[in-house]
Amino acid sequence: MTASTALADAVAFARSAREEAGGWDRRGAIPTDVLDAVAGAGFLAVDVPAEHGGLGRSPAELGELCAAFGGACSALRGLVTVQGMVAAAVLRWGDREQRARWLPALASGARRAAFAATEPGAGTDLSAATTSATPTVGGLRVRGRKLWVTFGAVADVYLVLAALDGKPVAVLVEADRAGVTVEPIGGQLGMRAAHLANLRFDDVVVPQENLVGAPGFGLSHVVATALDHGRFTVAWGCVGLAEACLDLAAAHVGRRSQGGVRLAEHETVRALLGRDLVEASAARRLCEHAAELRARADADAIAETVLAKYAAARAASALSEHAVQLHGAAGCAQDSTVGRFFRDAKVMRIIEGADEPAELRLGEYALRRPGRSR
Amino acid sequence: MVNQRSTRSETAVDEVVDEIRTFFSSAVGEGVPHPDDDYFALGLVNSLFALELVTHVERTFGLTVEVEDLDLDNFRTMNRIARFVRHKLSETSGGS
Ligand SMILES: Cc1cc2nc3c(=O)[nH]c(=O)nc-3n(C[C@H](O)[C@H](O)[C@H](O)COP(=O)(O)OP(=O)(O)OC[C@H]3O[C@@H](n4cnc5c(N)ncnc54)[C@H](O)[C@@H]3O)c2cc1C
Repeated sequence: MTASTALADAVAFARSAREEAGGWDRRGAIPTDVLDAVAGAGFLAVDVPAEHGGLGRSPAELGELCAAFGGACSALRGLVTVQGMVAAAVLRWGDREQRARWLPALASGARRAAFAATEPGAGTDLSAATTSATPTVGGLRVRGRKLWVTFGAVADVYLVLAALDGKPVAVLVEADRAGVTVEPIGGQLGMRAAHLANLRFDDVVVPQENLVGAPGFGLSHVVATALDHGRFTVAWGCVGLAEACLDLAAAHVGRRSQGGVRLAEHETVRALLGRDLVEASAARRLCEHAAELRARADADAIAETVLAKYAAARAASALSEHAVQLHGAAGCAQDSTVGRFFRDAKVMRIIEGADEPAELRLGEYALRRPGRSR
Repeated sequence: MVNQRSTRSETAVDEVVDEIRTFFSSAVGEGVPHPDDDYFALGLVNSLFALELVTHVERTFGLTVEVEDLDLDNFRTMNRIARFVRHKLSETSGGS
C-alpha cells in the first residue's frame, strides 16, 4: 500500500462516515464494528515505524488522515488521536520490551488505548494529579480517579498519569485488571460518540514493566510527548472540521433564497465566506508547517504544534459558528451537521491545552524568537 | 596522543556547554542559569521545555536520547548535559 492509496482510503472511509456521524452523535457511540473497521483498515497509529508494526507514515500523512476524519466526525478523529498519543509515548519513552509488547498491538488496533491524565483537581495543571502509584509486591499499586477519558469506555489499556513518592510517573494500566472501574459518561457538549468514561483505580496492581520512563519523567516527558502528539492530530482534525463547515456554508447560501435573493448574493455573506476561507487556509498552512518541523525533529516543532493547534481550533470554532448562523434554524436542528461541528469545535478550544494557557506558551515562544531565523 | 585526545574532548565539552547555553538563553531570555544550576529546581522552564531540550540536544549533536538515558542527573544542569552528550558521542563513535 503506497502512502497516497492509504490516504485515499482514509478519505473514502471518512466520506462514508460523514453519512453516519449524525446518528452516532445522537446515540452517543460510534458502533464497535466501525471502531474495528478503522483498525482493520490500518488507520490507527499510522506514524509508528514499520519496525514496530506500523506503516511509518510521515507527520503530514498522519495530519491529512486526521483532517479527513475531522471533516466527518470528531469522535472518529478522537479515536486516532488517543491511540496515537499512547503509541507516541511508548515509542519515544518505552524500553525495548515495552515497544515490542505494545506498539504492534496499538498499530494494528488489536489493543485500544486511551489517555488518562485529567482528575477532579488537575486539568490545565496536571502537576496537581493525586492518583498514586505505590511500589508493592508484584509491581505498582495504582489508586485514584480519572475524568474525561476519550474512548475510555472501550479501551483495553490506559496510559495513566500518577505520582510515585511525589514524582510524576506514567503507567500503563490494562482495563481488565482487578480494581478498575469504568463509568461511561454521555450527553456532554461535544464528541458525544467518543465513548468517554470516568475511571476509578482502587488499588490496581500492575507489574513494574508497565511503568513507562523513570519516576520523575512521567509528566514532563512521557505525558508531554503524548500531549504534543495529541495537539498535532487535534489541530489537523480542526482543519478538516473548519473546511467542512466552509463547504457546507457555501453550499447552503448558494441554494437558499429569501425575498427573491440567494443568500450568496448578499455582500456581507460573501465577505464572511472570504474571511473564513482565509482562516481555514491559514490553519492548514500552519499545520503543514508544524508537520514539516516534526518530520525533521526540530526543537521548535513542539511550540509550532501548540501554535497550529491554537489557530486551527479557533478557526474551527469561528467557521462552525458562522456556518450555523448562515444555516439559520436548519443549523439549530437536532440532525444539523454544522450544529454538531459547532458543539465539537468548542471542545477543541479546551482539550490538549485550552486557548489561554496556549497563549502564555506562545507568548514565551514569541519572546525567544527575535534574532532567530526560521 | 593521550594528551591530545583529552584536550580535544575538553574543547568539545566547552563547545557543548556553549551550544546548550545558547539554547537556554533563547528559551529563558535573561537569567541564563550557571552551568551547575539545577534549572528545573529553579523553576526557570515551562512545561514544554523538557521535551524541547531533549529534541534540541538530539538534533544538534546527532544522537538519540533513549529511555535509559532519561535520568534527571543527566539533564539537571548544563554541565551535566554536556557530560552526557560527550559520553553519548564517544559511545556511538564505537568507543574509539
Ligand atoms: C470531550 C472531552 C474529551 C477529553 N478527553 C480527555 C482525555 O482523553 N484524557 C484526559 O486526560 N483528559 C481529557 N479531557 C479533559 C481535558 O484535557 C481538560 O478539560 C483540559 O485539560 C482542561 O482542564 P479542565 O477542564 O480541568 O479546565 P481548567 O484547567 O479548570 O480550566 C478551565 C478554563 O480556565 C481557563 N484557564 C485555565 N488555565 C488558565 C491560565 N493559565 N490562564 C488563563 N486562563 C486559564 C481556560 O479558559 C480553561 O478552559 C477531555 C475533555 C473533554 C471536554
